[in-house]
Amino acid sequence: MTREIGRLVLVWLVLVALLAVAVGLSFVPLGALSPALNMGIAVVKAALVAWYFMHLRHESGLIRLAALGAMLWIFLLLLLMATDYVARDAFPG
Amino acid sequence: MTDTREPPSDVDYARATARMGMYLFLATEVMLFGGLFAALMVARILHGDETALASQRFNLWLGAANTVILLTSSLAVACAVEAAKACRRRWAAGGLAAAVGLGLVFLAIKAVEYYEEYAQGLIPGLGDRAPDLQPAEVLYINLYLVATGLHAVHMLVGLAMLSGLALGLAFDRVRLPRQFATVEIAGLYWHLVDIVWVFLFPALYLAR
Repeated sequence: MTREIGRLVLVWLVLVALLAVAVGLSFVPLGALSPALNMGIAVVKAALVAWYFMHLRHESGLIRLAALGAMLWIFLLLLLMATDYVARDAFPG
Repeated sequence: MTDTREPPSDVDYARATARMGMYLFLATEVMLFGGLFAALMVARILHGDETALASQRFNLWLGAANTVILLTSSLAVACAVEAAKACRRRWAAGGLAAAVGLGLVFLAIKAVEYYEEYAQGLIPGLGDRAPDLQPAEVLYINLYLVATGLHAVHMLVGLAMLSGLALGLAFDRVRLPRQFATVEIAGLYWHLVDIVWVFLFPALYLAR
């Protein structure tokens, strides 16, 4: 049990470090890269929470598919909505 | 291919079904917040400058502190689930109690933030409106209020579950290992609340 808890604390440290990186980057004027980086860091953090804290690393394939499926559908929604709105200026009328 | 392992026992099967059921429910929760995230994303695409202005009005450091607090409470829950798996009843209860305490601190800080925003005149319908607000800023601030408010409601539900389990474990009403699945799936819910905040924080506070 102690080894597993040690691993969990290590994951927590990585999560807090990623948070510090994200906050630090928000002070750097990066323009359009900024939301992509922020979301990228958030995805990594969520993946760490899911894999270690939610014990997905111990789960069967079916449970992992269920977890992945939820993420898949939301990214589909966001991706297709984004392509719609971003392309509106490019092709007027 | 011959499978010479033992078939899963009833307890394992019940546990697996409980987990699958919780993950399916968590998928619906992701869809719920997903709609809000989609609205935030569209607002940011269409009104990028006002979004940055609105985001600068939120208290970045309180939000970051809250993120650390929620990550730590997730760690506490994960450790409590590990302890429950090892049938260490009191450690599990202690871990869950720590998570509840941290969750309450999170909500207290959120209340402070809401009060700050009220004092700045950002809450629609309450207090004096801040003078230099663009309409698109108001939109983003309203989305922030709805998103964090919905998240806070989820946190309250999660805190109720976790404190109920903590008390149940402390007074030996929740039996380990028979009811380990209950502890586990309550933990899964809490981790989702954490994951939602992990995405909410950059979307709302770091959009500057």
